[in-house]
Amino acid sequence: MRNKLLSAPYLVWMAMFTIVPLCVVVYFAFTSSATGAFTLDNILQIATYTPIFLRSIGYAIAATLICLLLGYPVAYVIAQARPGAQRFLYMLIMLPMCMSFLLRTLAWVSLLQDTGIINNLLGHFGIGPLPLIRNAGAVVAGMVYNYLPYMIMPLYTVIMKIDHSLIEAAEDLGCNGRQVFSRVVFPLSLPGIISGITMVFVPAVSTFYISQKLGSTSTTMIGDVIESQFKAAYNPNLGAAMSLVLMVLIFLSIGIMNRFAGADEDEVITV
Amino acid sequence: MSESLIRLTELSMLFDGETVLDGLNLTINDSEFLTLLGPSGCGKTTTLRIIGGFLSPTSGDVFFNGRRINDVPPYKRQINTVFQKYALFPHLDVYENVAFGLRVAKLPKEEIDKRVTEMLGIVSLSGFEHRAVTSLSGGQQQRVAIARALVNHPKVLLLDEPLGALDLRLRKDMQNELKRIQQAMGITFIYVTHDQEEALTMSDHIVVMDKGHIQQIGTPEDIYNEPENAFVADFIGESNILDGVMLADYKVRIFGHSYVCLDSGFAKNEPVDVVIRPEDIDIVPAEAGVLTGTVTSVTFKGVHYDIIVDFGGFKWLIQTTDFQPVGAKIGIMLEPDAIHVMKKSVYSDSFGDYSSYSDEYDELEDDPEGLCDEE
Ligand SMILES: Nc1ncnc2c1ncn2[C@@H]1O[C@H](COP(=O)(O)OP(=O)(O)O)[C@@H](O)[C@H]1O
Ligand SMILES: [Mg+2]
Repeated sequence: MRNKLLSAPYLVWMAMFTIVPLCVVVYFAFTSSATGAFTLDNILQIATYTPIFLRSIGYAIAATLICLLLGYPVAYVIAQARPGAQRFLYMLIMLPMCMSFLLRTLAWVSLLQDTGIINNLLGHFGIGPLPLIRNAGAVVAGMVYNYLPYMIMPLYTVIMKIDHSLIEAAEDLGCNGRQVFSRVVFPLSLPGIISGITMVFVPAVSTFYISQKLGSTSTTMIGDVIESQFKAAYNPNLGAAMSLVLMVLIFLSIGIMNRFAGADEDEVITV
Repeated sequence: MSESLIRLTELSMLFDGETVLDGLNLTINDSEFLTLLGPSGCGKTTTLRIIGGFLSPTSGDVFFNGRRINDVPPYKRQINTVFQKYALFPHLDVYENVAFGLRVAKLPKEEIDKRVTEMLGIVSLSGFEHRAVTSLSGGQQQRVAIARALVNHPKVLLLDEPLGALDLRLRKDMQNELKRIQQAMGITFIYVTHDQEEALTMSDHIVVMDKGHIQQIGTPEDIYNEPENAFVADFIGESNILDGVMLADYKVRIFGHSYVCLDSGFAKNEPVDVVIRPEDIDIVPAEAGVLTGTVTSVTFKGVHYDIIVDFGGFKWLIQTTDFQPVGAKIGIMLEPDAIHVMKKSVYSDSFGDYSSYSDEYDELEDDPEGLCDEE
């Protein structure tokens, strides 16, 4: 009885901010914008956006992999540092997240644009200006910068918790440094890797604004298209249908990844 | 058998300027069961970790088969360890934990399978191959840890209080089991414990340590019968430790009486510590004793009674199978071989006095580790 009572606020929260909006999205997705009658048109129309879906997924995968490659060593180094240094380094990683997402993205514009800081600097050496902005690379870089902390956080947490005696046990049983990593540290950090990938991939695949600022019309992502359906194009029914399909895609990829990693550990975040 | 395998010379270890090991010298023979025994914090684990290669000594050398191995990393040493808290790999099942070292060594699959299966049989874990190690009991995890180390056929096995977490019954079984495995496989065991009974039961040689110093090295019988100082006498078993004066060879004076003893080689009239084990004291009628005293306390211990006897202010612990009521006047006799004479040391006067019996002695009985904790 008590337990039920205690969980009541959570249930109300869930109902109001998860279930109800979801129902609204589903309702919109399956109704016509003109008549309000049931229709599959919105869903069928999405087929024409397949290239944009694929592009979004491609960028998100690229950004996620880069985050993993950059984030793992960083997380590892932080986890090995002395406790005082750990807190400081961790704070340093988290600091950019205290700033607005929009501001961080705009900062990259002034960094990368033709008259920006980097090209200015290169200009002094008679190089450039290089085409650093308005391309896929810039979009992915912007995504990596924005979402890297979400990769480092779970990795650091998991690596930090690995019992040092396990590493000694591996050395004791004949592992050199590389083998200690591949046979013990890496497998034990797998739950962190899964969480990190999830936490980066999900927001990355549905992100908007980054491509608008750092990309071009040929780098438009599905998040931007959805946004435009609710704003400029004003077709919320199509927008809702896109959101719904995107959500299903995300669920599918998380499911596949968890199955693939054989991860039934409770640390795995299932969004 | 008695060929030297590991040698530690002038080994010292400092942590943050704190001396933890101070000039250790120790030779360990091939195929022997050697125990490092001492209270917690005396440096046993540190010594073991230096032998395993997980710590570099601040000064001094480690030799293995005559070769200096100070700078050889753990994975290149023919030494395996059973860690204090087992350190089993949680992401691997029982079979893979045991197979770990063999897989790293890239042995053929059939060979791995044969050795793992055989080893699981030896530690009575056949049928547990595919259990998660986290689902095992403490005793089972402990046996996986032993199997994981032994399956590699190391020259030396290091064991850091491996039975500490087990209950008494299981501990006794495992003691026998370990001793049997050690003899059957002919592997050198270096065993760390703070439990003196465990050390006496299992070891070929015992190294008694305190505060980073070796107090005595010897066989269990040597250590028990011929302790070198008051610390060893007190740490191994119960002891009455008395002030004495060596009158001549084979002649010691205690409490104004002179006794025949078996010890010699002391200076004339040298002050000494005299150890008398509680079980070596013969109780006789008061009028027949060399000393007479009054029983002040009796505790039933199963096999015998612990009685405290007051000899004009000095209280002794005596173990006897004959019940003596409190208040009884008794006499005692001391045979020459009941008396053991030791040189005075820094430990003189700090051990072996039962005058405050009721508090101190009971406390030690209830909490054998309390004796060790210096913190
Ligand atoms: N890594 C370390 N840093 C600082 N002090 C240590 C470290 N390891 C052990 N010590 C200290 O060294 C002393 C001996 O420790 P240890 O060898 O673990 O003792 P034992 O195993 O006999 O209980 C203790 O006082 C302990 O606090
Ligand atoms: Mg220890």
